[in-house]
Amino acid sequence: MTFLNYLLSGISLGSIYAIIALGYTMVYGIAKMLNFAHGDVIMVGSYICFFAVSRFGLPPVVGVLAAMAVCTVLGILVERLAYKPLRAAPSLAVLITAIGVSYFLQNGAQLLWTPNPKVFPSIVGNGRLALFGGQLTVSHVTLVTIASCVVIMIALTLFTGHTKMGKAMRACSEDKGAAQLMGINVNSTISVTFAIGSGLAAVAGVLLCSAYPNLVPTTGSMPGIKAFTAAVFGGIGSIPGAMLGGILLGVIEIFAKAYISTQLSDAVVFAVLIFVLLVKPAGLLGKKISEKV
Amino acid sequence: MKHTTMKKMIAFALATVMLVALCSCGGGNGGESAASEAFKLGGTGPLTGGAAIYGNAAKNGAQIAVDEINAEGGIQFELKYEDDAHDAEKAVNAYNALKDWGMQISLGSVTSAPANATSAEGFADRIFSLTPSASAPTVIEGKDNMFQMCFLDYPTQGGASAQYISDMALGEKIGIIWKNDEDYSTGLRNSFVDKAAELGLNVVAESTFTEGNNDFSVQLTEMQNAGADLVFLPMYYQPASLIFSQANAMGYAPKWFGVDGMDGILTMEGFDPTLAEGVMLLTPFNADSTDEATQAFVAKYQELYNEIPNQFAADAYDCVYAYKQALEAAGATPDMTAEQLNDLMIEQFTSMSFDGLTGTGMTWDSTGAVSKSAHGMVIQDGAYVGLD
Repeated sequence: MTFLNYLLSGISLGSIYAIIALGYTMVYGIAKMLNFAHGDVIMVGSYICFFAVSRFGLPPVVGVLAAMAVCTVLGILVERLAYKPLRAAPSLAVLITAIGVSYFLQNGAQLLWTPNPKVFPSIVGNGRLALFGGQLTVSHVTLVTIASCVVIMIALTLFTGHTKMGKAMRACSEDKGAAQLMGINVNSTISVTFAIGSGLAAVAGVLLCSAYPNLVPTTGSMPGIKAFTAAVFGGIGSIPGAMLGGILLGVIEIFAKAYISTQLSDAVVFAVLIFVLLVKPAGLLGKKISEKV
Repeated sequence: MKHTTMKKMIAFALATVMLVALCSCGGGNGGESAASEAFKLGGTGPLTGGAAIYGNAAKNGAQIAVDEINAEGGIQFELKYEDDAHDAEKAVNAYNALKDWGMQISLGSVTSAPANATSAEGFADRIFSLTPSASAPTVIEGKDNMFQMCFLDYPTQGGASAQYISDMALGEKIGIIWKNDEDYSTGLRNSFVDKAAELGLNVVAESTFTEGNNDFSVQLTEMQNAGADLVFLPMYYQPASLIFSQANAMGYAPKWFGVDGMDGILTMEGFDPTLAEGVMLLTPFNADSTDEATQAFVAKYQELYNEIPNQFAADAYDCVYAYKQALEAAGATPDMTAEQLNDLMIEQFTSMSFDGLTGTGMTWDSTGAVSKSAHGMVIQDGAYVGLD
């Protein structure tokens, strides 16, 4: 039973990583850049939801929607102001800019909302299910997290596979120049990608803070890095890959903590990552693309 | 060609003018500004970054004391805090900036890792320091002019907690969750375990976590499986709040025993106080105390900074008043050099007794460690209540 408990904790943690990783992977797949500010967009989303629910007493659903709206706008703004002017610049310049945006958001949050930790309201409630005569307990937060993750992944897969915008995204991902020649507006496609990625970040932030209700301006940075790892693990650019990578990473982390050492859990996670990348350099589900020279 | 040469010359001339202005400005500041009227008191602390809550609390607490003392007339202070972002390297830069400013006596650093770095500098430069809250023993070890205000250096606090649990027979099976990448938590845990072994307390489970960890399901399951009925939490309140909420979600409810870093949990915005119901801790400062001086301080702090002061603020406040008492007793004047003040302060602090918000009859020994007593507190209905 303890094993099952650990497995559930792992899947729950992994689902959060997966949702964050989906944001990373979409932006990377289409804009070919690592948006290191993604973790901080999560933090902003959590703060918006916190203020809506705790300060203004709005219902949780409104809080989540408000967080999504603000994050979507923030994502588009960041893309317009910080990344778009650098579209022709070398990718290293964009990467450094992303790190700069990350620090800007963190310190901005600290100025606006003070560094004092805040306790996130329980959006989902504190209830739990007791199974097998109480030997296995599953909190509602865990259930909601796992369910949201599955729903989001299915929706995104359908969106990229079956809608016009989704097709445009895939076209941009393969060849921006050719896509433009075919009449696809590359810039607005990239903006939509950022909007979706940031909206997802808001959901991830709310779920993250519901499970671990501690909100500070640096809340998003560590989960952001872990989720980036998950995206690489699963094959960056691949949506099912991000999901698989996220969940595996969460499960490995919890198991390593439980059965190996609480101190070495991160080291174990990264050792697994190195091993996978040695065997499959494109990640678990990544496509191997041979570069044309 | 001629144009660029001209430009270069102008640039060079401008640079020279600026340099001269800078030098004279720096010199002027050091020379005249209030050097003969006020003692220059400097300190470093994390004013930004993850630990900013502690640095700002200390800075605000010290500022209140300085304003009060200056308003009385008599001894005057000029207070300057530099940001060290809880980083040893930045702390040395911050310390050097303070030295350039003309710091005569120091409040050291707020947190332990930066304090280890700045105390070595202060020892070499012969600038006396009284840190409000850096509790690592290494901060004062082997440095005759480094003193601490914080309640019991932590090796003692861990032992005192074990003693208290044993005396009051609070738990049969004891579990410990500690943060093993932090000096504070590790020191408390070690001294607790040593004392527990001595007293015959039954420690059934121990589990650790590191910075950035938010998931305590594994640690709590270990405690639960070992049947721990009391869990000792030597840590700051932020991880503790996560432990309480996750234990509640699991349906695990042992007795919790915290340390002074737990102070502040009730003032976290949005925290559900029922989660901390019955949490016990040893603490020197209690913002809910009915003591007149404490109430006045809390009221003033709330008015100025719109929040309830924690123990860091109270420690820093006490530091400034302790300095006032020592400077008055020594007959020190602001025109003395840092080194002269250093010798006077060592003499005063090792011989005086000080009453402040965080304790009465505090004394310091020659190592720089303070001796004051801890009070057992329990959280009931969202407020601290004395246990004894």
